[in-house]
Amino acid sequence: MKTLLGITLVLAVFGSCKSNNGGNTLPFYGNRTPVTKTVNGQTVTDTIYQTIPPFKFVNQYGDSITEKNLGGKIYVADFFFTSCPSICPVMQRNMLNVYNAFKADPNIKILSFTIDPKYDSVKVLKKYADKLGVSGNSWWFLQGKKDTTYKLAEKNYLIAVSQDNTAPGGYVHQGYFVLVDKEKRVRGAYDGTQPEQVNQLIADIKTLKAEPAPAPGQ
Amino acid sequence: MKQKVVIGIVLLMVVAIISCEDDNSIEFARYYSSGSLIYQGHCQNCHGAHGEGLNALIPPLTDSTFIKENLHQLSCLVKNGLKGKLKVSNKIFEGQMPAVDLAPIEIAQALTYVANSFGNKLGTINVDRVNSDLIKCP
Repeated sequence: MKTLLGITLVLAVFGSCKSNNGGNTLPFYGNRTPVTKTVNGQTVTDTIYQTIPPFKFVNQYGDSITEKNLGGKIYVADFFFTSCPSICPVMQRNMLNVYNAFKADPNIKILSFTIDPKYDSVKVLKKYADKLGVSGNSWWFLQGKKDTTYKLAEKNYLIAVSQDNTAPGGYVHQGYFVLVDKEKRVRGAYDGTQPEQVNQLIADIKTLKAEPAPAPGQ
Repeated sequence: MKQKVVIGIVLLMVVAIISCEDDNSIEFARYYSSGSLIYQGHCQNCHGAHGEGLNALIPPLTDSTFIKENLHQLSCLVKNGLKGKLKVSNKIFEGQMPAVDLAPIEIAQALTYVANSFGNKLGTINVDRVNSDLIKCP
């Protein structure tokens, strides 16, 4: 009897430990705004996190992609160009690991925005995707207006991009992979040239997947 | 007496060969280890840590027949880059390889590394050889 009680106690302790460990959360990036509102006569302060604003780009199949295509999905974004001689190949090699890990999951996407939309037409992007061995709809190569892309990169994905004719390939950009959650909030940034950081990204996507869905009306 | 002289000469030759070989292997080790660093800094991003390339985008360096047959063109290829179609490992690659700004000795070291890694085994590509190949660049 005593033994049984002991086992139950041990199990209870382990059980509670497990549920505590489930609270492994990722940070929120960007600006945050406190919002004070009155609920049932009481003043409540809530935090609004920075989110990715609406956008419209075209993918490698010529389809229009907007924020609506990403509603309720987790995605990873990076910025590249197909003729990039410097860090892009190693970034895309590492991104292929992310692609292979989640290509069967329709709720996880990868968006690679070209920062050289003049050269990287839909046709060029499709050819690039084919050669990289990417098919289906889990990894989109997106082309849009240059200004819009740069603004999106700097203001929302917090990545520095600029044109510089002295840099290899004519552009300077950082090789970050940015993780965005189901509610369009930036939750992580990883150096896409470092395989260990990309492994962390894969682990963090699994953490985000396990995050509870937002309460309705939020 | 005669026999002793012959033995002496043979011994001398053996010593000479051994020390020569030693010199060669020291030279090879120097080229190879410097080359490995140059490879990491200038080649690895595209061609990969194991020379695997990147699917159909970037050719691998593991096609030892290609490396062997084109050994004399590789110096120019590194120095001036390459544009157009290229058949490696039975696959056609097109696109562009940028010119890599390296001194002849660095090209020699990088090529020695590549030519003796990823399944290739072609020995030292020394700087004299690189210089004579570079003169013939198209």
